[in-house]
Amino acid sequence: MSVLERYEPLVDDVEAFRAACARPLPSVVRVNTIKTSVGRARAALEAEGIAVEPVSWHPGLCRLHEDQPGSNWPYVHGWLHGQEEVSALPATVLDPEPGERVWDACAAPGSKTSQLAALMDDTGLLVATDNNLGRLSALRSNTERLGVTNLAVTVEDARHHSTEPFGAEPYDRALVDAPCSCEGTVRKNPDALAGWSLDHVRGTAGVQKGLLSRALEVTREGGTVVYSTCTFAPEENEAVVDHVLDEGCRLVGFECPLESAPGVTEWDGQRFDDSLELARRIYPHHNDTGGFFCAKLEVTR
Amino acid sequence: MSENVGDRFDRLPATAEERTVEGRPSRTEVLAWWESRYGISPAVFAEYTFWERGAGKIWAFRGDLETPAEIEALGMSALRTRQEHWKPTLEAVQRFGSHASRNRIALAREEARRFFAGEDQELAWDGDWGYLIVTHELAGEPEPLGVGLYVYGELRSMVPKGRRREL
Repeated sequence: MSVLERYEPLVDDVEAFRAACARPLPSVVRVNTIKTSVGRARAALEAEGIAVEPVSWHPGLCRLHEDQPGSNWPYVHGWLHGQEEVSALPATVLDPEPGERVWDACAAPGSKTSQLAALMDDTGLLVATDNNLGRLSALRSNTERLGVTNLAVTVEDARHHSTEPFGAEPYDRALVDAPCSCEGTVRKNPDALAGWSLDHVRGTAGVQKGLLSRALEVTREGGTVVYSTCTFAPEENEAVVDHVLDEGCRLVGFECPLESAPGVTEWDGQRFDDSLELARRIYPHHNDTGGFFCAKLEVTR
Repeated sequence: MSENVGDRFDRLPATAEERTVEGRPSRTEVLAWWESRYGISPAVFAEYTFWERGAGKIWAFRGDLETPAEIEALGMSALRTRQEHWKPTLEAVQRFGSHASRNRIALAREEARRFFAGEDQELAWDGDWGYLIVTHELAGEPEPLGVGLYVYGELRSMVPKGRRREL
């Protein structure tokens, strides 16, 4: 059985799911509103003869009909960032406001970090953490090109994140876009499933639980934590969220601008809390994107 | 006077009188430099604090933290001091250069293309020598692109190698 066949019982249209997973992904850029407006960025692309197709659910996303979104004037000015369409979802769901304190727990290479900064109008405090120095250097070059200045970067295991440098104050919001088995990125990287094993999924799930627990601890009461992955495995999605539901939080529903399916409440003999239906699963055939999982939590303690 | 500690962020002192680290510029000096060199008003940086990490490497952060901050990065790296002529970074020029009113040079599209590819070029310029803010027109308005060093009738591209592109 191939890895993806494992999830076919969860999917509404197995043929469409298989076909979408086998197709390459469209090239998408996000307009960086820290440096320009959506209108000017589109005008600059069109002036270079680059055809732009807007993405209906997000005004700043454009599909490009070329393979190298980094080789044009608006890109080198930091007006654009190449970002997979579905990966623009978690920052949109977290929905930070200007002036807030926000933690991006697994930040590199910085696509979602820079999107959060733009949503915050580059104000307040955005703390970006990653444990991988090489990937952090990619984050640094992305955030600098995009002109982000409200950002503090820490290199550490986010499960032991210290808020000391930031006045030991809680955050208003936190994003845990967790490292995962990346099954949903198979369209971008056909080798994504090459090293797949159930042991790896289970090991990764253990790390994910630690990351999400820490995010809940450092977020204020009434604050919001978004948990997302680019994988289909319920072990890394619903089971992780289910595990933290007794740690002073509850799932909340959200308007998902993409076609999606509810989170599952049962998998491989395990039952999850009914509220897991408020999480959203996005399959590649739903919106011609990569696969994704997104859950929104409110801190209640 | 103590020495700069290279691997942490120290907030710049407000004024030269409050300086405790040899050779460290003050916030007042940094603001005065942006204004005198490029005509960028201190009001542009009103919400910013400036920090030194790495000798002479000054970072601009929109906000404030306790100093020193032992973290990996803070805001963006904005300029190099501790050399005779201070040098802004490409990223700071792209972020704040639209506020500049002097020592900015507008390039035509082909000149901008050569500049961003890292090429030096002979150009007429009757202003000051030194580090200039290079702009070109994009979507109908002049946009700051990077830093050029103008000397002896030549505009030298200061675009860092990793940032250069053949467009």
